Amino acid sequence: MCETCGCTLTAGNEHLVQGEGRLTRTEDGKAAITVLQSLLHENDHQAEHNRAHLDAYGTLAVNLMSSPGSGKTSLLETTIEALQSSLKVAVIEGDLETENDAVRVRAKGVPVVQITTGSACHLDAHLVHDALHHLELDGVDILFIENVGNLVCPASFDLGHHINVTLLSVTEGDDKPAKYPVMFRAADLLLLSKTDLLAVLDDFDPAAAEAHFRNLANPAPVLQLSARKGEGVEEWLHWLRQTLMVHRARLRQGITSRPSVQPDGVQVHKHGPAHQSQHYHHHHDHDHGHKHHRDPGGQPHHDHHYG
Amino acid sequence: MHEFSVCQDLLRQVEDLARAHNARTVSAIHLRIGPLSGIEASLLEQAFTVARAGTVAAAAVLATEALPIRVRCRSCGASGVASPNRLVCGACGDWHTELLSGDELLLASVELELEEDDDV
Repeated sequence: MCETCGCTLTAGNEHLVQGEGRLTRTEDGKAAITVLQSLLHENDHQAEHNRAHLDAYGTLAVNLMSSPGSGKTSLLETTIEALQSSLKVAVIEGDLETENDAVRVRAKGVPVVQITTGSACHLDAHLVHDALHHLELDGVDILFIENVGNLVCPASFDLGHHINVTLLSVTEGDDKPAKYPVMFRAADLLLLSKTDLLAVLDDFDPAAAEAHFRNLANPAPVLQLSARKGEGVEEWLHWLRQTLMVHRARLRQGITSRPSVQPDGVQVHKHGPAHQSQHYHHHHDHDHGHKHHRDPGGQPHHDHHYG
Repeated sequence: MHEFSVCQDLLRQVEDLARAHNARTVSAIHLRIGPLSGIEASLLEQAFTVARAGTVAAAAVLATEALPIRVRCRSCGASGVASPNRLVCGACGDWHTELLSGDELLLASVELELEEDDDV
């Protein structure tokens, strides 16, 4: 069984996999196949491909998730302004119906690809793959993927990104992590946003929000930020730069990065870093035009040809 | 309602398996789902009744096995069951735990009716 396809393999169930794909008979004589593979195998497969593509350019992909209206786009505007002299940023915008967010971010002078999802409540790896075809990644240090504003569905889909940032604005309840455990468990950084409003809100306690967050056994850092007032922006930028540095150092060793909690993938990571270095070399049956020629970290890098 | 997307992904896998084994139809699909997968089994079953139409699994039964959430404490070593929004150690209360099970979203097995079975 492939370790990069998102399947859950533990010491406890490994023996079950020995018969994987082999035909056996059930008690009443029916043919049965033991699979033990993620339900989202197709999505995960595409996500691995996206990640390999991004890695070939040394681009760090950050998945931004939150409720609608918690300040993802404002955060992007502030971040792009602050980074424009030092890092090259690109954005993929997921939005249900409008291009409003894309227009706002594009006004900051960075490449933006809009994915209008229609009624779909989340981005998936296939949508991101299509968007990547419209994005020139050469020289791009950080790709922000602004997911659809939703605290439920986006948590279940690997996009091929490297890290999850979840926003919780102080205008929401401080018990949101307890109400949406799947989403907040997946956060590699929790950003409490709109903190300038804490002065006028008496029902949001940042310490309570963090306590609910820790109850999910999540050790990720928690930062407070007001994009409007510029408070906490330095700490956020520091985290971003550190994350990029660590990611690039890993890439130089041929190891990619993944969110610490993957949908259905947590068990896979217990096998240690070795498998993480394996780029996905599955042969696609569709024609694919990517050529990965950029060297992310100064080491010789082989071209990957998919298709 | 992302369960429909998940269902479509599942059915593509099942169709591939059925084709690979030259199956006439798929009679049952067995899943294992943990509460932290973010997928509701009941919604998935509803979505499946719509998504399966016109596929080789059009008459298949979808059986889901719910897996419990279990954690092991990194501080005291105890392990036990936990709830989705309280993954702390039941023994010492520390939140430094690792998940042993509960986030699974697995296609466990598929039952097929094979062409060759007709000849028996």
